[in-house]
Amino acid sequence: MTDAAESTTETTHEHADHGEGHIVSIPTLVATGIVLLFLTWVTVWAAGRDWGPANIWVALGIAALKGSVVALIFMHLRWDRPFNGIVFVGSLAFVTLLIALAMVDTSEYQEDLHRGDAPAVRDTLQEVQP
Amino acid sequence: MSMLTADHPGPQSNYLTHSRGILSWLFTLDHKRIGVMYLISILASFFVGGVLALLVRTELIAPGETIMGQDTYNRTFTMHGAIMIFLVIIPSIPAALGNFVLPIMLGAKDVAFPRLNLTSYWLWVLGAIFAVTSMVMGGVDTGWTFYAPYSTEEARTGVVYVTVGAFILGFSSIFTGLNFIVTIHRLRPRGMTWFRMPLFLWSLYATSIIQILATPVLGITLLLLIVERVFQVGIFDPALGGDPVLYQHFFWFYSHPAVYIMILPAMGIISELISIHSHKHIFGYRFIAYSSIAIALFGFLVWGHHMFTSGQSAVVNAIFSAITFSVSIPSAIKVFNWLATLYKGSISLNTPMLYALSFIFIFTIGGLTGLFLGTLATDIHLHDTYFVVAHFHYVMMGSALIAMIGGMHHWWPKITGKMYSEVMGRLAWALVFVGFNVAFFSQFMLGSQGMPRRYHDYSDTVGNWLPEKTELFHLYHVISSIGSYVMAIGFFLILFYLLHSIFKGRRAPANPWGGRSLEWQCASPPPHNNFDTPPAVGDCYDYSVLEWDAEEGGYHWREDVPHPNGEET
Repeated sequence: MTDAAESTTETTHEHADHGEGHIVSIPTLVATGIVLLFLTWVTVWAAGRDWGPANIWVALGIAALKGSVVALIFMHLRWDRPFNGIVFVGSLAFVTLLIALAMVDTSEYQEDLHRGDAPAVRDTLQEVQP
Repeated sequence: MSMLTADHPGPQSNYLTHSRGILSWLFTLDHKRIGVMYLISILASFFVGGVLALLVRTELIAPGETIMGQDTYNRTFTMHGAIMIFLVIIPSIPAALGNFVLPIMLGAKDVAFPRLNLTSYWLWVLGAIFAVTSMVMGGVDTGWTFYAPYSTEEARTGVVYVTVGAFILGFSSIFTGLNFIVTIHRLRPRGMTWFRMPLFLWSLYATSIIQILATPVLGITLLLLIVERVFQVGIFDPALGGDPVLYQHFFWFYSHPAVYIMILPAMGIISELISIHSHKHIFGYRFIAYSSIAIALFGFLVWGHHMFTSGQSAVVNAIFSAITFSVSIPSAIKVFNWLATLYKGSISLNTPMLYALSFIFIFTIGGLTGLFLGTLATDIHLHDTYFVVAHFHYVMMGSALIAMIGGMHHWWPKITGKMYSEVMGRLAWALVFVGFNVAFFSQFMLGSQGMPRRYHDYSDTVGNWLPEKTELFHLYHVISSIGSYVMAIGFFLILFYLLHSIFKGRRAPANPWGGRSLEWQCASPPPHNNFDTPPAVGDCYDYSVLEWDAEEGGYHWREDVPHPNGEET
């Protein structure tokens, strides 16, 4: 087993030409952590206010900002090869695909649903009610 | 023959004899041993899933209750499906054969993350334990799709165990995919550019992309299902304010790409088998490679075709139906290129080649019958009938599993160092091929005549149809069950002669079939380190440099052609 591990390490070294990965300095990491804590406080603060129709966009905006900071600094994408950024954005595209098509569908068939509860659903609700 | 001896000390030292004792296997980091452990475990699961299938077929051999009641029947077909999908077909080619072959094909000593590889295997074992536990903890009767709200409300208690098992198996699958992507990116030898990789590696790469992109969605979906069932949080159950169609969106966002997790590596194997056993350069290499990636991407855009009758909106139905047809393009590209490879090839009808040829036949039927199901108008009639069951088995069992068995025969001499009986191999292939088509083609007839799937009894009183229909269904069910028994005999014959070959088989040469990819350049079985020095890479489909050695019973490098390693040959 040890041999296998050693041999693998050798192989990796033989083929690896990318050297050691980028190292982010401790002050940068701490500063990023503080920024994220601040943005968390902003999230809580924003949640306590009524922004009307913009509620969802304010919440999503703050979340997107926090996610970007994590991706760029904690995940090193800022210093990484652009290909890794493309992979990251690509994965977001797949999430968007899933959510978007599912949401398009659920909003499309709303008109076909019974207004209020369907009779069978009403029966079920009565059964499950304590 | 220095080519076959330069990189290894000899047949007495190989990965099988490198270290001894059960612990040296259970905690090995050697990709070959992990691949063999996967293979044994998957074949054991295949045995269990197969026995359950035979029970289902026996129950359906006559209308009315034959050997089990309806509740037991529901549990039996559910476990058959869950075991075959999650424990057998999904991991069979990547985790078992891929694990064994991928690093050797790359000329590497191991995968990029050997410990992650071992973790992946043990997660598979843990997932399998949960799945088996579900059988004794009340069983599962939801079908392998665990559709809500039945699974979150009415279904038997085993559903929690089996979904936890599937959740864990998902992680096993993700780890394997991640490992393969990094290995292919980082550990290719000098000279092996992307377009000099064997096509099996292209297909494993495409499969891995799906594994890491789609499997997390299944994990979260099953977790939500468990949360709803245990804590009564309304997500999918309309009685709790949830949306059951949403469950199907989430489930099929994984499970349709999962079909390609199963079939893509099978296509990779077929590309290897067709070319090697035709002794002819693969036709349309780049088209086959790109089509693997295209199938992987298209596979993410068609999940809604499983939901045409589930309440999905008309607009989305039309979108998914249209996109579904696009998948047939890269699939057809592969089939036409395989046929072009066969054209004027020097075809050896070895056992692996017989499986490859039967794959083309069966996959074509499976693929073309998919068009009827992708078409909105015909799907309305065929949905939830045996037509779907037959189509699914033609693609998943007749194609993916047949390719896996073909690949297992192809690499068996490399894995075990022993040759099996070709006569027995061909006989078993005939039984499996004939048995399969008898078992499942009759189900196309059943489905087109209106026999619903998942029915325990097809008496006219149950189905509310004419007595003549029951007679017709009975006839097709009898034919189908006989086919399944013939197929089972074929599989037992395979088990017998493969085990026999381990103890009594002729010693396998390094290159029994005449392959050019790197795994045929190391001994059978391979040494512990595969290659002491990274091997030189040439065109892995140029067979003109090889010649048959009757004395050895295999192929070796032609003496008048310089070897890329610069050695005397």
